[in-house]
Amino acid sequence: MTEGNHGLESGGEVVPAEAEAAEVIGVRHGMFGVHGSGDTSGYGGLVRTVAMPGATPRPYGGWFDEAADTLERVLPSYGDAVEGVVIDRGEMTIHVRREKVVEVLQALRDDPLLRFEMSLGVSGVHYPDDTDRELHAVYHLRSLTHNRQLRVEVAVPDADPHIPTATSVYPTNDWHERETYDFFGIIFDGHPALTRILMPDDWPGHPQRKDYPLGGIPVEYKGAEIPPPDQRRVYS
Amino acid sequence: MGLEEKLPSGVLLTTVEQVAGYMRKSSLWPATFGLACCAIEMMSSGGPRYDLGRFGMEVFRASPRQADLMVVAGRVSQKMAPVLRQIYDQMPNPKWVLSMGVCASSGGMFNNYAIVQGVDHVVPVDIYLPGCPPRPEMLMDAILKLHDQIQHSKLGANRERQVEEREQIALTALPTSAMKGLLR
Amino acid sequence: MSTDNITFGSAGAAASGPVADAYAGSRETTEGTVYTVTGADWDTVVRGVSGGRQEHVVVNMGPQHPSTHGVLRLILELDGENVIEARCGVGYLHTGIEKNLEFRSWTQGVTFVTRMDYLAPLFNETAYCLAVEKLLGITDQIPERASVIRVMLMELNRISSHLVAIATGGMELGALTAMIFGFRERELILDVFELVTGLRMNHAFIRPGGVAQDLPPGAVDQIAETVKKLKSRLTDTEKLLVDNGIWMGRTVGIGYLNLSGAVALGLTGPILRSTGLAWDLRKMQPYCGYETYEFDVPTQTTSDSYGRFLIRMAEMQESLKIVEQCLDRLTPGPVMVEDKKIAWPAQLALGSDGMGNSLDHIRQIMGESMEALIHHFKLVTEGFHVPAGQVYQAIESPRGELGVHIVSDGGTRPYRVHYREPSFTNLQAVAAMCEGGQLADVVVAVASIDPVMGGVDR
Repeated sequence: MTEGNHGLESGGEVVPAEAEAAEVIGVRHGMFGVHGSGDTSGYGGLVRTVAMPGATPRPYGGWFDEAADTLERVLPSYGDAVEGVVIDRGEMTIHVRREKVVEVLQALRDDPLLRFEMSLGVSGVHYPDDTDRELHAVYHLRSLTHNRQLRVEVAVPDADPHIPTATSVYPTNDWHERETYDFFGIIFDGHPALTRILMPDDWPGHPQRKDYPLGGIPVEYKGAEIPPPDQRRVYS
Repeated sequence: MGLEEKLPSGVLLTTVEQVAGYMRKSSLWPATFGLACCAIEMMSSGGPRYDLGRFGMEVFRASPRQADLMVVAGRVSQKMAPVLRQIYDQMPNPKWVLSMGVCASSGGMFNNYAIVQGVDHVVPVDIYLPGCPPRPEMLMDAILKLHDQIQHSKLGANRERQVEEREQIALTALPTSAMKGLLR
Repeated sequence: MSTDNITFGSAGAAASGPVADAYAGSRETTEGTVYTVTGADWDTVVRGVSGGRQEHVVVNMGPQHPSTHGVLRLILELDGENVIEARCGVGYLHTGIEKNLEFRSWTQGVTFVTRMDYLAPLFNETAYCLAVEKLLGITDQIPERASVIRVMLMELNRISSHLVAIATGGMELGALTAMIFGFRERELILDVFELVTGLRMNHAFIRPGGVAQDLPPGAVDQIAETVKKLKSRLTDTEKLLVDNGIWMGRTVGIGYLNLSGAVALGLTGPILRSTGLAWDLRKMQPYCGYETYEFDVPTQTTSDSYGRFLIRMAEMQESLKIVEQCLDRLTPGPVMVEDKKIAWPAQLALGSDGMGNSLDHIRQIMGESMEALIHHFKLVTEGFHVPAGQVYQAIESPRGELGVHIVSDGGTRPYRVHYREPSFTNLQAVAAMCEGGQLADVVVAVASIDPVMGGVDR
């Protein structure tokens, strides 16, 4: 475990970009996924906020500090571009604003001290409760020269899901961005051919969003019928 | 036994249905429709250890025009379903369909938006083979049962009568959720 | 085959009109006339195209094809025998596994994940379990025996996956004996898998926290014997294909993609190693104790299909070395993490009606320990909770870098699981490798990429 990988403690030092508390992505009520009546367990009144680890204050520990410093030096608009850096479980995540994502990726690829030559693709995550930041696009980068990896995360609202394409910097993101568009509806501006890749070309909706149903059918057994997985009781 | 013993040797009595059934089942050529994991088990059963060649089936014809049996091996996604139907339509009669694995038979463990919940939504299936993936021995068992079915299938007017009987049985059968008793 | 049904013509000259066959007809699209041919009727295409304006023919090597390594659709624009443009159509095996995982507990996820890249199921499982363990923070507490078993099974899986790659590659090029050899060797490995995990393929054996159960008695001997047999039998394929004039004639210089192209396209695995860069995650970012094993990373410098084939042959030998080292390292011990709130509780045993919970375990939870009963119940129904956060874990699968990105929201179910499959990224190289070459080389190039469509489409 590297040092400095705990979330924001109380107070703390000044963070380069604006400090944010642990990013709340939802609130859960009750214990067993049953709402309304039917839950007699007594846990029905439970209210839990679900929060992802928040921005970490400096020093980050290990090579993370050096990387952040280099990026700050190379990128004149660092304060603008970077919303925060999260160090969690030995990994570094840089949260970037969408307008600057191509700049940041270019700097990460080209600077000799950073040299993240290989992009491991883009994927999306949908946080429906995180208003105005519902869709996250996550870029994983790998540096072959320095043998390190890094994550860059961009958050966009549902109402305006546009992110500039990274294919000019990393051609490998071509199909990955098509897949993220296919499953989440994030539109990558400037992509050479942004069409559906895994679903049929005329499929309505974006399947991996949280508001898209799993789409199963009830299964018949002898003497019973089991509902599809997304309509069963959930213990989480 | 009976009439055959009184004839000179070298003469065999049988029915057209039995001869036709025997010919058809002995060289049933499968069409390559391997999709996912079951396809690998299908290839293994064509391999040296579980040899499908002993049943006359090691020639997996790539062109459906030359194939008799379509082994739907693997999960059929919504994008693949029209292709499946087109390949089935391109096969000449007589043709049979073996749905291999639970994903082809009923959607399997993937009860979701992307998988057709059973290829019998798309093509008529003659024999279902459960398993995830079914062992090559299970596949051979299903193929042999299908051979049995082919051997005993009727022709002409008998066939029409057989089809009508089967339809009547299916129409009056209990739905699965109303059945009782053990799984077998 | 084609009828004389002259309807509206759009292909210029009336040398051949549209074909009106129900299954092999032609239809008009915005790009021109599309002919469906199914054998013995290529002359309709020739007549149609020769009368028309275009010189290039767009051929669809459709999803059902014996040589496209699964349900891959290749759309090729041909000028005679030369490929002008090559595009891949994927998604014919899309199963929605990633979305399904959000509705299952963390341990149940293993059974789904194992079916993505179905030729290397243990790699999918290991990547997922390593990522979950990273999120839980118990990576150091995984018992050593579990790690050794994981490495051993993974390396055996690597051998069986490369065998299928070479076997199907050989079959697609017409070397059918390679297929017979490959599948024969693979049966030996599948026997080992069946003995250890219970299944030949898609074993849900590697669970978060360790492995599902310990090796059965006699497994070590059988594995040692298998290794010995494989060592001698792998030379059969070697003698058949390595330095074989016809094989070399078909694969040398085909599918060329140099280092900068490979890195730009994000290719990993044998393709990257064939360009000369010895990049192997087992050495660079070791996991499961790989840094303690002695093995080499085979590389070639030719960047072509033959080089990748040689790398796969050499990697099989290296994997055998690792398996031997694993067998030496197996010391008795637990195979599941000690933390009872995470460890999968049940032990399986073979009873009169098949495989089920062992009677010892049932006696313990029903008669002896209340806590064990509670743990069993809660772990099987609810599952364990994983603290919120996200993690990326990559391992070296036979095709390249298999990465898992897991987001947890603190619950018993994954919030989002995304697999960075090597086949998905590697298939993007088809256009770079095939355009400018000949039609027959497309098959060779795709075979050397070795995509598994279950991984591409997930």
